[in-house]
Amino acid sequence: MWGLMEIARVGFFSKLKEGLAKTRNGLVAKIENLFQGQSEITEELYEDLEAILVQADLGVDAALNLVETLRERVKAERIKEARRLTEILKEELKELIGEPGKLAKNPEGPTVVMVVGVNGTGKTTSTGKLAYHLVGEGNKVLLGAADTFRAAAIEQLEIWGERSRASVIKHQMGSDPAAVAYDAVQAGLSRGSDYILIDTAGRLHTQTNLMQELEKIGRVIGRAMPGAPHEILLVIDATTGQNALSQAKLFSKAVPITGIILTKLDGTAKGGIVAAVADTLKVPVKFIGLGEGPDDLKPFDTDSFVEALFERD
Amino acid sequence: MIFEGLSSRLQETFKRLKGRGKLTEKDVKAALREVKLALLEADVNYKVVRDFVKKVQERAVGAEVMESLTPGQHVVKIVRDELTELMGGKAVQLRFESSPPHILMLCGLQGSGKTTTAGKLAKHLQKQGRRPLLVACDIYRPAAIKQLQVVGEKVGIPVFTLGEEDPVVIAKAAKEHALENNNDVIILDTAGRLHIDTELMAELQAIKEAVKVEYTVLVVDAMTGQDAVTVAEEFDQALNIDGVILTKLDGDARGGAALSVRAVTGKPILFGGFGEKTEALEVFHPDRMASRILGMGDVLTLIEKAEANLDQQRAEEMGKRILTAEFTLEDFLEYMAQMRKMGPLDEILQMLPGANKIRGLKNIKVDEKQLKRIEAIIQSMTLEERRRPEIIDGSRRRRIAAGAGVKVQDVNKLLKQFNESKKLMKQLGLLEKKAKKSGFFSLFK
Ligand SMILES: Nc1nc2c(ncn2[C@@H]2O[C@H](COP(=O)(O)OP(=O)(O)OP(=O)(O)O)[C@@H](O)[C@H]2O)c(=O)[nH]1
Ligand SMILES: [Mg+2]
Repeated sequence: MWGLMEIARVGFFSKLKEGLAKTRNGLVAKIENLFQGQSEITEELYEDLEAILVQADLGVDAALNLVETLRERVKAERIKEARRLTEILKEELKELIGEPGKLAKNPEGPTVVMVVGVNGTGKTTSTGKLAYHLVGEGNKVLLGAADTFRAAAIEQLEIWGERSRASVIKHQMGSDPAAVAYDAVQAGLSRGSDYILIDTAGRLHTQTNLMQELEKIGRVIGRAMPGAPHEILLVIDATTGQNALSQAKLFSKAVPITGIILTKLDGTAKGGIVAAVADTLKVPVKFIGLGEGPDDLKPFDTDSFVEALFERD
Repeated sequence: MIFEGLSSRLQETFKRLKGRGKLTEKDVKAALREVKLALLEADVNYKVVRDFVKKVQERAVGAEVMESLTPGQHVVKIVRDELTELMGGKAVQLRFESSPPHILMLCGLQGSGKTTTAGKLAKHLQKQGRRPLLVACDIYRPAAIKQLQVVGEKVGIPVFTLGEEDPVVIAKAAKEHALENNNDVIILDTAGRLHIDTELMAELQAIKEAVKVEYTVLVVDAMTGQDAVTVAEEFDQALNIDGVILTKLDGDARGGAALSVRAVTGKPILFGGFGEKTEALEVFHPDRMASRILGMGDVLTLIEKAEANLDQQRAEEMGKRILTAEFTLEDFLEYMAQMRKMGPLDEILQMLPGANKIRGLKNIKVDEKQLKRIEAIIQSMTLEERRRPEIIDGSRRRRIAAGAGVKVQDVNKLLKQFNESKKLMKQLGLLEKKAKKSGFFSLFK
């Protein structure tokens, strides 16, 4: 299908690929050594640890900083065994990520939760799963279909409403999302809902007008019910690399983010960037997404997340 | 911004690397260390970076440093060239070779942008005179079929659905439907799936076999991190993909995934998605992507163009002058002539780092005919008038207009525009001062 040049290039790539396979095997072998704890602490070991962190999407900065801290501690605490390195690194990482957080609960009246994030991260699915989970706990849940932009987003949330036995407040496609949010909160108040979950349209954090729209939705919710929203969850796709940090910064500029949902951890991506995000925003990770089923939203657990970062496949 | 961080770091390294002649191992190593960090920050896969940097090192040591570049800059130039080459060199066009209907299958992870891309692609093909048919093969995600229907309606392209039937059956029926209805391209929108979901991967294989897919296209989110390698490898192994579409490039992701995916599959990147609108699909340009991944604007392109066509010293002088208020119409004339050699002016403007931040500059459309007229007007001015346009009164304007064969209004317009662009240039000058702190503009020198 492609021309000669293309074939030549593919040849070059297969070489590159072989090279990659070799580095991979080399790395795994070294790490196994490291886990056996028989080796000494060498410069190479530090580099390997750095590599593990970078490959888990922690980011260059965070990886370098963590390894620097590690070096300092090794020196200060006169650590000799290589196997201790991973332990210390895990400690530091847990420190960075912080304690997991629980979903906010408004003691007086409904709890309003807004779900935000860039396109395709899993906002609607997470909202649906959260509804399912809350209804399962005996709560009365109302969904607000404030993604009035994406084709069939409203229908998508409606199906989740049926699945979770939560009712849905919606307007027409293309209508003002803030108005939907307002109506949802009003309806929740009058119906005595325990939770009002507002799904919003995916938007890139660099689109200023859409970020202003988000800000407005937040403001209007506050007008419908003083003190609301009580929770604004930023949904981050575990497959995302360094850009998640930029997402976090710009989203939190528009609305006060109170927690993070990390989705798609059922794949092979490690989602390490969430460490930098949690550390920068100083907000806890609250849930993780492990699939597309209604049961696939789980509370975040720092310890097992960090363990998984170091797992090799 | 990342942009500044990187460029200033590169500058630091470059400052330390002086001298001429051949690139030494030391030069190359120092510059490549920065390049390596830049690539990692751009989310290029760790192993791809490692391998790439090693290869570049071999090629760079001993290379002759280009006259107007520092050794560090020259290494970056080599890196950029290699990156461009790695990503396929030139833009690749879709080419259908079998007999119609040609079948194109979009596949990828959940949320990567398949459905939106399907709509854009259909529109793109329709513009080329094709009669595409969109086919809803995502029977899993709630309201996915409806989503494609809405998208299809928006772009005015028929959508074939069979509800929640087996996707293989849907694809076969769609082919029949296309034959009957004279659709020459079929775009299959499949459900998002994980590369490790063997059952769902087998479904794609089955579709591919059942209907002879001509193009299996992997849709990848430009924000993807290190995992891009695994995803691409697995999809390619299972389906032998023919190409990649990179989405969400309108954000601020550096898009290192492009390189990762290309490196492990060797398959071309066909298109880039630049927004949610149906027109926001562009042919993929490896050179632009290389610059983006390196995070240096198109500075290197600018350097190259400048070197090929401009007398270096003159360019520097000119560059300095246009950024001050001293800029005259005479300079403008000369500047236009120089710029003309470098290529279309609006392209050049787009390449200036930070230029998109200046209001007014972004949407400048340069009309070549208009430029010729401007040249004629300035040429009918006296030297004195070119240097001090404020002396041009009504009678001078009439004379100039007559000399250039234009209307007096045209002369008025030019003078007004000149004043405005002078203001703009002053802003650019201020920008330069700011950027100087990060050492950015010295890349030009
Ligand atoms: N494997 C996996 N898929 C997920 C998970 N969460 C969501 N998805 C899938 O990812 C895709 C996008 O999810 P949506 O919920 O539509 O994402 P969104 O953020 O609402 O998307 P937009 O509204 O279009 O911006 C769908 O196919 C979901 O089924 C998860 O935890 N794991
Ligand atoms: Mg959604």
